[in-house]
Amino acid sequence: MSKEWPLWEVFIRAKNGLAHKHAGSVHAADARMALEAARDTYTRRMEGVSLWVVPSVSITASDPGEAEALFAPAQDKVYRHPTFYTVPDGVKNI
Amino acid sequence: MASLFDHAIRLGDDALILGQRLSEWAGHAPMLEIDLALSNIGLDLIGQATHFLKLAGEEEGKGRDADALAFRRDVLDFRNCLLVEQPNGDFAQTIARQFLFSNWQELLMTEIAAAPAPALSAIGAKAVKEVAYHARYASEWVVRLGDGTEESRARMVAGLDSMWRFVDELFDPADGAASLRPAWDARIADTLHAASLDVPKPRRAVTGGRRGHHSEHLGHLLTEMQFLQRAYPGVTW
Amino acid sequence: MYTTELKDKSQKQAATPLSAEDPERLAAFEARVAADDFIEPKDWMPDAYRKTLVRQISQHAHSEIVGMLPEGNWITRAPSLRRKAVLLAKVQDEGGHGLYLYAAAETLGTSRDEMVEALHSGRAKYSTIFNYPTLTWADIGAIGWLVDGAAIMNQVPLQRTSYGPYARAMVRICKEESFHQRQGYEIMTTLAKGSAEQKRMAQDALDRWWWPSLMMFGPPDDNSPNSAQSMRWRIKRESNDEIRQRFVDATVPQAEAIGLSIPDADLKWNEARDAYDFGAIDWEEFYAVVRGEGPVAKERMAARVSAREDGRWVREAALAHAEKRAVRLAAE
Repeated sequence: MSKEWPLWEVFIRAKNGLAHKHAGSVHAADARMALEAARDTYTRRMEGVSLWVVPSVSITASDPGEAEALFAPAQDKVYRHPTFYTVPDGVKNI
Repeated sequence: MASLFDHAIRLGDDALILGQRLSEWAGHAPMLEIDLALSNIGLDLIGQATHFLKLAGEEEGKGRDADALAFRRDVLDFRNCLLVEQPNGDFAQTIARQFLFSNWQELLMTEIAAAPAPALSAIGAKAVKEVAYHARYASEWVVRLGDGTEESRARMVAGLDSMWRFVDELFDPADGAASLRPAWDARIADTLHAASLDVPKPRRAVTGGRRGHHSEHLGHLLTEMQFLQRAYPGVTW
Repeated sequence: MYTTELKDKSQKQAATPLSAEDPERLAAFEARVAADDFIEPKDWMPDAYRKTLVRQISQHAHSEIVGMLPEGNWITRAPSLRRKAVLLAKVQDEGGHGLYLYAAAETLGTSRDEMVEALHSGRAKYSTIFNYPTLTWADIGAIGWLVDGAAIMNQVPLQRTSYGPYARAMVRICKEESFHQRQGYEIMTTLAKGSAEQKRMAQDALDRWWWPSLMMFGPPDDNSPNSAQSMRWRIKRESNDEIRQRFVDATVPQAEAIGLSIPDADLKWNEARDAYDFGAIDWEEFYAVVRGEGPVAKERMAARVSAREDGRWVREAALAHAEKRAVRLAAE
């Protein structure tokens, strides 16, 4: 079997002001082709105004086995949220 | 000087016939991603054909709409260039045809978009964005195939060689398109250089499409495309 | 839909039996699925879950791709510019859906090439419906109305399937497919209201596509080997017979509305069940088509194989060019 075209991850900015969001992936031999394949596959219904393509192998992902260690410690840091604090009734603009 | 009807019918027929050819690829392309791309180009062209033929029908004033023009004319009344009716062949031949045509069409649509005829220029303005992408897509594939493997290079050379006879027709002075030639030559040469391919040698031009004298391929294409309208005349689909 | 480990050795072997999985991890997994949590690519999952998903998603992808052929057969003969554009866009959508689904399956560690190879060698299956020929223009109407209608009913529940990438692909697919059934029904309506010849065409298409459409939901529940496990894992969310019944109930009035008759002498409204009773499905035919004995099964596979073989030089050329360019860039 001959070599397969590499896989690329596709990110779309739906409109200016929004961040790029993961939409899916395509196979392409080069970056330019990946952009065009992303355009032809994922923006056929006016889904976006900007595209990113990233080789899938370039993505480093966190390990779900470490999810507890990575994300659980944030759970008891409620003081990072404004609702943690009391403000006297009637005080505005804070 | 060509009338607005002549102009619109020519542009509409070019887009219709090439759109029809590209739609033959659906489900058979070398890669799923390419299948989607060729369909997109085909859809753009069928859309352009619809607009141009509608305009031609209105201009003619005999009650023919875009479908009547597309499905109920015979070979002698089609005005597309010979290039677009050539069979798909292999992918290199399809790309060669697209490369030569879309680069020409982009220049032409840019000119039409700026022309004084408002009905035509509105369609041209929309089309120019579409065909700019077609030209870019095809040009990139010319480079990949020309500068790919030995086999792809040989096929690309053969594809260009088989289409080159039909290039001069695009610039027929009678159609007012002769002035586009230098810009087109420069674009083609640039891409072929990037693909490390030579510009094909000049050869005796084959023409006639604009006068209704086509290749043998068009009759077969129309037979297929017009089958239902011919077999069941006068009904709604 | 992202993937890191394309080559997973375990893919080549039969699935590890559930009894051999780590009981603690298995229990945690089952609890998550039961609580309607999504499973994502790098999460631990039982081998049998992974294999079932790869089989189901790739079958789904293959169905989309093979499904381009019966309709593709009519693009060049569509009877108006509007119909031509719509059909080309629809067939293109199917290619896109196949692409989304292959990508979802790739996150499970199987490459698209491997899946396609499995299809072409006959190891992988695709929906039986695409092994029937499209004889007239009305078949395009019938496919949109019945086949896409059946597919939508199958697919809507899958938007909540337990595997995240599959569920996300299904959300996109369901959104895009919403026009497919309508355009088919519009074609049928136009034909049914048209000339006698057109009406005949429409009725004939309904006659031929009705039963194969009912078979699309798969074998009856009491004879569906993998259903119970798949339901528990939320890979499947409703039983074959439930969805089939819903399809019949929805479709019969649509046929009546345009004056076409469903080719089933046993079809009648059952007041007590609040549903239609319908005739027996010829499961022998279904299993024959599954085995590859459908009327145009050979032609469909031949078309896919030759597209792949004829395109090999193109794919190789693009890779060769990318490598050359990378070398040149590195040298600069």
